[in-house]
Amino acid sequence: MGKHLLRRLILLVPVLFIVSLLISSLIYFSPGDPVRVMLGLRANEEAVANIRAELGLDRPYYIRYLNWLKNTVQGNLGRSLQRNEPVLDLILEHLPATLELTVFAVVVAVLFAIPAGVISATRANTWIDNLISLGSLFWISMPGFWVAMIAVLLLSLHFGLLPISGRGGPVWTVEGLRYLLLPGLILGIRQVAIISRLVRAGMLETLGEDYIQTARSKGLAESIVVYRHALRNAMIPTVTIFGLQIPEMLSLSVIIETVFAWPGMGRMLVDAVLKRDYTLVQGTVLLYALIVVIVNLVVDLLYAYIDPRIRRQ
Amino acid sequence: MTTSETTAIIKYRGVADTYLKTALRRMKRDKAALAGILIIGMLLIAALFAPWLTTYDPVRQNYDELLLPPSPAHPLGTDQYGRDLLTRILYGCRYAIIIGVGVVGIQFLVGVTLGLIAGFYGGLLEMLIMRITDVMLSIPSVVLGVTIAGFLGGGIQNVIIAVAAIGWRAYTRLVRAEVLRLKQETFVESARAIGCGELRIIMRHILPYTLGPIIAYSSLAVAIAILWAAALSFLGLGAQPPTPEWGAMLADGREYMMEAWWIATFPGIAIMITVLGFNFFGDALRNALDPKMERVWR
Repeated sequence: MGKHLLRRLILLVPVLFIVSLLISSLIYFSPGDPVRVMLGLRANEEAVANIRAELGLDRPYYIRYLNWLKNTVQGNLGRSLQRNEPVLDLILEHLPATLELTVFAVVVAVLFAIPAGVISATRANTWIDNLISLGSLFWISMPGFWVAMIAVLLLSLHFGLLPISGRGGPVWTVEGLRYLLLPGLILGIRQVAIISRLVRAGMLETLGEDYIQTARSKGLAESIVVYRHALRNAMIPTVTIFGLQIPEMLSLSVIIETVFAWPGMGRMLVDAVLKRDYTLVQGTVLLYALIVVIVNLVVDLLYAYIDPRIRRQ
Repeated sequence: MTTSETTAIIKYRGVADTYLKTALRRMKRDKAALAGILIIGMLLIAALFAPWLTTYDPVRQNYDELLLPPSPAHPLGTDQYGRDLLTRILYGCRYAIIIGVGVVGIQFLVGVTLGLIAGFYGGLLEMLIMRITDVMLSIPSVVLGVTIAGFLGGGIQNVIIAVAAIGWRAYTRLVRAEVLRLKQETFVESARAIGCGELRIIMRHILPYTLGPIIAYSSLAVAIAILWAAALSFLGLGAQPPTPEWGAMLADGREYMMEAWWIATFPGIAIMITVLGFNFFGDALRNALDPKMERVWR
């Protein structure tokens, strides 16, 4: 197990390396200039050239990339071009908000998606299954940011129930939870539509197995058959689905953060991209990729834990 | 070629033929398919005939009619520059179609080509292509889209490139799996045996049989593309004002949400109906092509 884990961890290195190479080439070959953003449109040429030289932006692409790589390997992601703070500090400052939002959304998704999927599967092709199915289709056809806007319009502006935007503090305080509720619910419930369909498919397959029939014929209560016998096995593919959906939620959190002025990495990234803050963008994207590969690794390990057949291999 | 092989080919073509016919028959019975076709048809009509369907200008500002609520003269109200919202939404259909077709076109070309190469040739080339798609998967899609659209600079064409970059890998994986399956078929083997060139085998014997699932996926891909493009425009990285693109309109309407709920509401409904149409159609198409398949999106 330890050896397996070590091998998997080493395999992450080339992935992150290619990600960084892709992003830095994109940045290099794109139009726009951070120095012009800094100094404004009417800056004089000499000042622009001086700052470019100072930041090393006048050097060839491969030298810049190798320099960045050398520093990054040593744990130094450089300084933000626009904010003049170390990139790592900025990321660590914004990371908790993003993780809080995403984890909350994942919990919401689990809490809603599994019951919805189980209900759909046990009552397959009845009105309630069709209703859930049609509702999900409508739901995933709406842009998430628009749902967020309408929710703010109704719940916050019209009825004044929840705060409009921002973060109220850590999640364990009442104020923090109040601010988190709306963005977290919207991000989470969005994925319920997709995940519950997949849970339904997994459950339907499991419910058709022979051992379910055996359990039923033993006279076990239906709820025990469904939740103890069927759901447990149906969870195996579900774990993979969550593994795929967590990066998806992390991804959508960028948009939700912008709508709700949530002080996380997503909002920082959008801002950094608009300001051509090369170092900050590079660091942030790398960190996002790091989170995704770690989540995938954890899901794989979890998979082995849940399914003993894989563990033995 | 032996006779039995020839009949095998003819038989396969025959099977493919009735297969499409059955699929079409199943489509006709499906209410969701009908709804999808209806919505897509309406979208096309609105896009083509927008100037004849409304008398207002989608871009020109009119300071006498700012933020008017819905009324007979302006069924969906006017925006903060006095422009008729219905008119802007109708013209917006054009952008939805341009984005949908543009994105899926690029994804199709890149994704299908790479999928064919990976599936057909295998070996190092396959490993390289599949590795790259894996690596792309580790960058969250919005992060990738935001970075590409942002660095290329706003505008419809850059949004199309950014959104295409998010989704092409789905085509590659789909096509590769199909090619791996088809490669085992006797008719591909026979084509090889009679000395067909590799390009000919790929284009004539493999590609046509991968088209069914690809086309079904493409309808869903249009739906996804429209949602992504709207999101990028909403973030300010896509279509720029005064372009009547739905996502940009929503971004615009955000500041006026309190005074004018309609600006922030109707473009969203337009997006939803359009996406729903392509989802309905794609789902129905997929079910018709393979009824055993569960309705699972993505």
